[in-house]
Order: sequence, then C-alpha cells, then structure tokens
Amino acid sequence: MSAHLLTVDGISKSFRGLRAVSAASLTVPQGSIVSLIGPNGAGKTTCFNMIAGVFKPDEGSISFEGRRIDGLRPDLICHAGIGRTFQIVKPFKELTALQNVIVGALRTEPDVRVARRKAEAVLDRLGMLDKRDQPAAQLTLPERKRLEVARALATEPKLLLLDEVMAGLRPTETDQMVAVFKELNRQGVTILLIEHVMRAVMALSQQVVVLHHGQVIARGAPEEVVRDPAVLECYLGEEAEV
Amino acid sequence: MISRLVDGVPRRALILLGLFLALLLVAPLLVDGYILSILILVLYFAYTGQAWNVMMGFAGQLSLGHSLYVGVAAYTAAALYVHFGIGPWAGVWLAILISVACGLFIGFLAFRFGISGVYFALLTIAFAEFTRVGFDHFDWVNGSGGFFLPVTQYSVNDPLNLRGAPVMFYYILLAITVLAFLFCRWLLTGRIGYYWLAIREEPEAAQTLGINVFRYKMIAVAISAGMTALSGVFFAFYYNNLFPEQIFSMSRSIELILGPIIGGIGSLFGPILGAVVLTVLAESVTEIMHALGYDIPGIKQVFYGLCLLVVIIYLPNGIWPPLRKRLGLGDHS
Repeated sequence: MSAHLLTVDGISKSFRGLRAVSAASLTVPQGSIVSLIGPNGAGKTTCFNMIAGVFKPDEGSISFEGRRIDGLRPDLICHAGIGRTFQIVKPFKELTALQNVIVGALRTEPDVRVARRKAEAVLDRLGMLDKRDQPAAQLTLPERKRLEVARALATEPKLLLLDEVMAGLRPTETDQMVAVFKELNRQGVTILLIEHVMRAVMALSQQVVVLHHGQVIARGAPEEVVRDPAVLECYLGEEAEV
Repeated sequence: MISRLVDGVPRRALILLGLFLALLLVAPLLVDGYILSILILVLYFAYTGQAWNVMMGFAGQLSLGHSLYVGVAAYTAAALYVHFGIGPWAGVWLAILISVACGLFIGFLAFRFGISGVYFALLTIAFAEFTRVGFDHFDWVNGSGGFFLPVTQYSVNDPLNLRGAPVMFYYILLAITVLAFLFCRWLLTGRIGYYWLAIREEPEAAQTLGINVFRYKMIAVAISAGMTALSGVFFAFYYNNLFPEQIFSMSRSIELILGPIIGGIGSLFGPILGAVVLTVLAESVTEIMHALGYDIPGIKQVFYGLCLLVVIIYLPNGIWPPLRKRLGLGDHS
C-alpha cells in the first residue's frame, strides 16, 4: 500500500473533441486536506467525476489505497471508501433531512433503526439536527450543501470529495464549515476539495493543486501557490493581494 | 420485524386501520350480491394498485403496461387448470415466475441501456401490446376467440381450486390485500425502501451513496410484476373468461393505475383509498344515471377522466397525503 491514499496519474478526458482534462496528476496523502482550485471551466469537476466513477478517464489511472479504481461504477467507488458531494446539490427532495442522511448511513448499517441513530449523530455534527424532520425541498441552499456533506459522511468514507460546498455561504458560515472539516480531518477523514472560496482554501489545505485548461499548472503549500506567477496570471488576478 | 411495521405509526392510525379492516371483514354479512361484487372490484384495484405502486411510487419507474403481468399470469394459471388440471394455488407459482421473468426482461432492456422516464413507459406499453397481439394468435389458449374456465353452480366453496361463491373470492382477496399492505409497509420501512425512494428522487445521488441502482430497480420490477401476477390469477378464476383484447389492453393498464394516482402515489394507503373512491363513485354514477333512465356507454370512463382532472389540478399528490395530515396520522402511512 502506498503512502498516498489517492493517486491520480495522468488522467485525460475529452468531450466531443474538447479536452476538459489533460494528463492531470495529483496525489492525496493519507490524512491530509488537499484543495483543487482553478478558474471556471478548468476541469475540476470533470476530475472529480472521474475519481467518483461518473466518467471513465480516456487515459491515465486512478488508484485508491493502492487499488485501481478508474472506470468503476459510482456505487462501487462509494463502497471502496470515497464519498462525494455535488456542486449542484442533489437532495432527495421529498425525503426529510434525516431520511436523506439515513440513505447514506445504510451503506454500512443494514438495520434502519441503527442507521437512523447514526444519521442523527452526523446531522448533529454538522449542526443540522434541528432540521431533521424538514423535507429537503424546504431547506435553504447553505443547508442543502451541508446536507450533501452529511449524506456523504454517513457512508463513512475514508476520502471525502467536496465540490464547492462553501459557495454561497456567508463568511461566518464558511468558518463554521472549515471548523467542521478540520475536526473531521482530525478524526481521520482525508479530504479533497474543489473550492473557489480562498478563505476556506487557505484555512484548510495542506496542499493546493491548480488546474487551468485541464492541466495542472502549479501545486504546493497554499502560501507558495498563491504567489506563483503562473497562478496569479491565470486565475487569482485581482485577489493577488491576499 | 413485526415491530418495524408499527414503528412510528400513531395509535390513531392503527385504530382507524383496525376499524377499517373490521368493517371490511363484516361487510359481506351486511350487503347484497351486487354491492359485494363492487367490493371485490375495490379490493382488486386496491391490491393491483399497491403492486404497481411498488414500481412507480417507491422506485419511481412508470409502467403503463401492467396489464401484461395481469394477462400473462391469468392465462398461465387458467391454461394449467384447463389443460392439465393443475389448481390455481399450484399454478400461481408458475404464473408469478413467468410474470417476474417478463418484468425482468423489460427491466433489463430498459435499465441496462439507460432508458427511463417516458421512454421506459413507452417500452412497457409496447410489450403489453405485442403480447396482446401474440395471444390473439395463440391457439393453445384459443387465440382471440377467448379462453374459458368451466363454470358450474357450486353448492360448496372450494377455495383450493378457487371455485365457489363471490363471498369466498372476497375473503381471499381481502387476505391478499391485507398481506400486500403489510408487505409493502415492511419493504418501505427497510433498507430497500429507503434505497428505492432515493432512486426515485435522485438516481445519480443514490448511486453516489453506494446504491446499485440497476439492481434495486430490477428488484422493484420483479416484486411489482410478481404481485401483479397474483391479481391476474385471481382475475382468471373470478371472471372465468379471458380475452387478449381485454386483459392486455392499455385501458386496463390505465385503469389499474388510476387508483394509486388519485389516492396518492408512493403512499401505502393511497392505492386503497383511490380504489375505494374510484370504484364506489364510478359505480354510483352508473347506477344513478341508470335510475334516471340514461344508459350512456362510456360514462364510467368519462367519470374516471373527470376524477383524474380534479385530482391533478387540486391535489397533485393525491387525496391521501392531505387527508392523513388532516386526520393527524403522520407522514408514513
């Protein structure tokens, strides 16, 4: 088994001739928090979708705990120990918040009553226990984002893929989420996140990978990356003063 | 396992359900033959609606071809009885098996190749339709001329062969309907129920949470087709005649699903309530028109149409969800 929990090696994906991701590589060490950043359309979500099994990479390989997982179906990826959230949230609208999370908890716990207790604990951890009986359709967007996280977390992943879960949150809410993820990470969950909110990226990540036009143009510690001239030019632009 | 059935169900709901069941149990003692025949129809639609609801209401797969399962099972059990003297309670297993196989075949074709929504519904219609045409030319069961079970006056009820008076059919069907209700409740409160609802709501998210979407859709189709097969067998032995034009027709499929749509798709009591409302009201309308001296062909269909219109406009989730709220019965019945 490698020291890296996740190893993405030279993956590419084209959609009708448009090369969305081009020979991108990244590694996520066990127990770390890694951020994947880049301008809109850089191929971040496509990368996620390949890791999560939505698309099979045209080239390259993805290994998780030393095992090849590229091309596996999303449900098998989940069973392998990778949980994900969707950038465009996909709650089970007619179900309550608690029921949403129970669905996730049932992966490891076939007994519904035990799964319910587990789901309650997860909701509590994300500060959403008071919303448990509300249908997901009635939740606000920030709540739905948190529900996405809760649902993924309930499947007990070793690696959590977070796709822009901070977007649309107020700064204080962002800080709360950052605290939640730090705590999760401390408990042993490795996290790979796509994020635009630099406040969260800077606070959370040990490592940042920058994607531009489907290619990795920089990687390193957050403080280094934000000073990288190539990154400044393509992406951060006016935020360069940070 | 038993406790799971009543877990979280308010006492009032249990009491009301008990009263309702008691009423159904004593009903045959209180009513004449005509009303009894309507009650049998109510139970038939309640049961079959429940079976359809497993696929549509739970797993979100719209089938407009459930007459296929009714028909195939009815013909199987009837042919076994007529040609080989095999009784319905033995024949029903083969009938279920064949129905389930049909369902799995259609499901496999659709789900393997990503056919869903309207296209899936069209596929189910297509299969029911060409099975109908096939049976029109199936000489072993007398093709389009119709297949008949021997009918005599029965002095004694013979439940083992499903030969007897309507009241016997009533109680057998009541038992089946109650069992189906409990079975569906059991399914819905278990892991499989949660998985179905997740697939119904958001298949992509469901898969991300580790659910094998294909497998659970196939299970839904199998259970729904298998349950529906039982109503087919019942149909054959109750009516004693089978015509491909009737039993496989699309209007039959539609008739079966009106109950759950009007009662409330996805709820457990919806199909039952829908069957009661539709059948009783439709028969009343026919009767009233008859008493007034009008015998208008197709009045029942017009009435079904009106009911559907009103429900879709004013109660898009069916009658039951708002009603249970008013009765204070919680969300899980």
